[in-house]
Amino acid sequence: MKSYKLLNHTADIGIKVWGKTKKEALANTVEAMFDLLTDSNNISVVQTKQRTISGADIADTLINLLREALYMFHAQAWLCKKCEILELSAKKLVARFSGEPYDAKKHQLKMEIKAVTYHTLKIERVDKGWRARVIFDV
Amino acid sequence: MSEIKLERIDDNRLLLPQTGKMKVPGIIYANEKIYQLLKGDESAKQVANVAQLPGIVNYSLAMPDVHWGYGFPIGGVAAFDLEEGIVSPGGVGYDINCGCRLIATNLSFVDVKDRISDLTTALYQHIPSGVGSTGSVKLSGKDEKKVLEEGAKWAVKAGFGLTEDLEATEDSGAMAGADPEQVSARALERGKQQLGTLGSGNHFLEIEVVQDIFDEAAVQAFGLRKGQIVIMIHSGSRGLGYQICDDYLALMVKHMQETKIELPDRQLACAYLNTTRGRNYLAAMACGANYAWANRQLLMHHTREIFEKTLRMAPRELGMRLVYDVCHNIAKIENFKIQGKMKKLCVHRKGATRAFPAGHDALPARYKSVGQPVLIPGDMGSGSYVLVGQEKAMEETFGSACHGAGRVMSRTQATKVSQGRSISRELADQGVLVMASSKGTLREEMPEAYKNLQDVVQVMHESGIAKKVARLKAVACIKG
Repeated sequence: MKSYKLLNHTADIGIKVWGKTKKEALANTVEAMFDLLTDSNNISVVQTKQRTISGADIADTLINLLREALYMFHAQAWLCKKCEILELSAKKLVARFSGEPYDAKKHQLKMEIKAVTYHTLKIERVDKGWRARVIFDV
Repeated sequence: MSEIKLERIDDNRLLLPQTGKMKVPGIIYANEKIYQLLKGDESAKQVANVAQLPGIVNYSLAMPDVHWGYGFPIGGVAAFDLEEGIVSPGGVGYDINCGCRLIATNLSFVDVKDRISDLTTALYQHIPSGVGSTGSVKLSGKDEKKVLEEGAKWAVKAGFGLTEDLEATEDSGAMAGADPEQVSARALERGKQQLGTLGSGNHFLEIEVVQDIFDEAAVQAFGLRKGQIVIMIHSGSRGLGYQICDDYLALMVKHMQETKIELPDRQLACAYLNTTRGRNYLAAMACGANYAWANRQLLMHHTREIFEKTLRMAPRELGMRLVYDVCHNIAKIENFKIQGKMKKLCVHRKGATRAFPAGHDALPARYKSVGQPVLIPGDMGSGSYVLVGQEKAMEETFGSACHGAGRVMSRTQATKVSQGRSISRELADQGVLVMASSKGTLREEMPEAYKNLQDVVQVMHESGIAKKVARLKAVACIKG
């Protein structure tokens, strides 16, 4: 996981994530979030899950994607290593998550992420692709 | 705070003049020292953003512990008209009814100082804390709904505490209007296993000693004395509260266009109070608040049991009684005098503590003559303050005061600065025993990451919003 950087925010934690394409930037944001939770090098790919996500626009769809992924961890104790965006339109996407159930012996949790926020949220075109910026409430 | 100009009103207040789309001016409670710290972040801009929301009354306020949040600043207070105003889940925060509970004991530090280590170890072993921890109580669907409706009352009925605990809890530990039907299946799922857990991040349970006394009458009414052992618990509504906030935030963003409310930041998404969506959020939020009160009631009950067992003392001997439980992340419908007339308003306190004065109807009989205890937890090691609410709070801050020290350093900065240092050793040298499930949390929560609590409290004291009653020194701290 090297495609993201931590942002300085007084109370919370933010990330800046890059991708060659918009799909890749969105998928990398999910992977970065799980790397904040636990070292994603220790997550294996055992199962895959697929979800269709929608939102008011692309930014809202990204937040809903992260919400769905975070819920997998909070309620189903499941960790995602790899995320792929299979389909993407202006207000909808189909994502595939690959990972495994959380195991306290194998995965050391680094922090609690309470929620994904809209605060200073951005998804934008940059020189060599796409960049997303998200702040989490931790 | 690049483009925002603040004007000093007096030693403890700054005016943020009404400009652009702001509907009211802003007021930030800060002395010069705190103002210098504020310059580095975006909190004043966030105060200005809140001032743009429909139906806001008088001022968009920030307490002296203000810091950059998301949407509303942390330390923000704003009141809205019930007809023309809004309610915003982001103005309450994810951790609905995050709050503090102070427990007094008959113990003196001099008598038990050799047992602090045993007590701390026992508390750390038996009180679930840290990321993903689960509680001792597994709730059935039916019981969980009762928790959401009855809050701490459910806990006391179920054997986790005493009726007198409820009298010393804001809203008697059960907020009216809670409707579990407005809470999603996801939120209910997350709430099932977390009742009686401390959580992580800045949540804690501390053993503290009453160190300085500033107000004899209030100290007596609150049952405190110098050298006394007290326990401070800081926790909230856990995953259930986070999910309720998130669900309604998503819903309000989805319907943003039809509400026709122009927002400078989506995190401020809101609904008019007189709409079904606004009412449903308040009914769900009350469920989150009640879960938090039940949670802190359980944490207190376990603390009592652990003290009894470790010290082999009877409950009567220990005398562990609740001084007060007050929340600092909430929206409440309360009465205030606006231009000479009493008016019901929806007050958002996001990282702000209710601070009602003597004589207020909402206070229990034993505090009526002095005012409400205002519990201000500090960062690890610096201890806490007990203040008492004053009439000025009703006139200026919608009955609110600060809620803590407030961060000045981001978590990543704190982690960097603390590289190569042992935070637990440094705290031990200051006489504070710390046990935490994560070293990372210790680094992020290091004392230097926060403003000086004394400065923050002094601003409240000098401005007459809440007066200092006692300072509590931490001797042991359990963190997630």
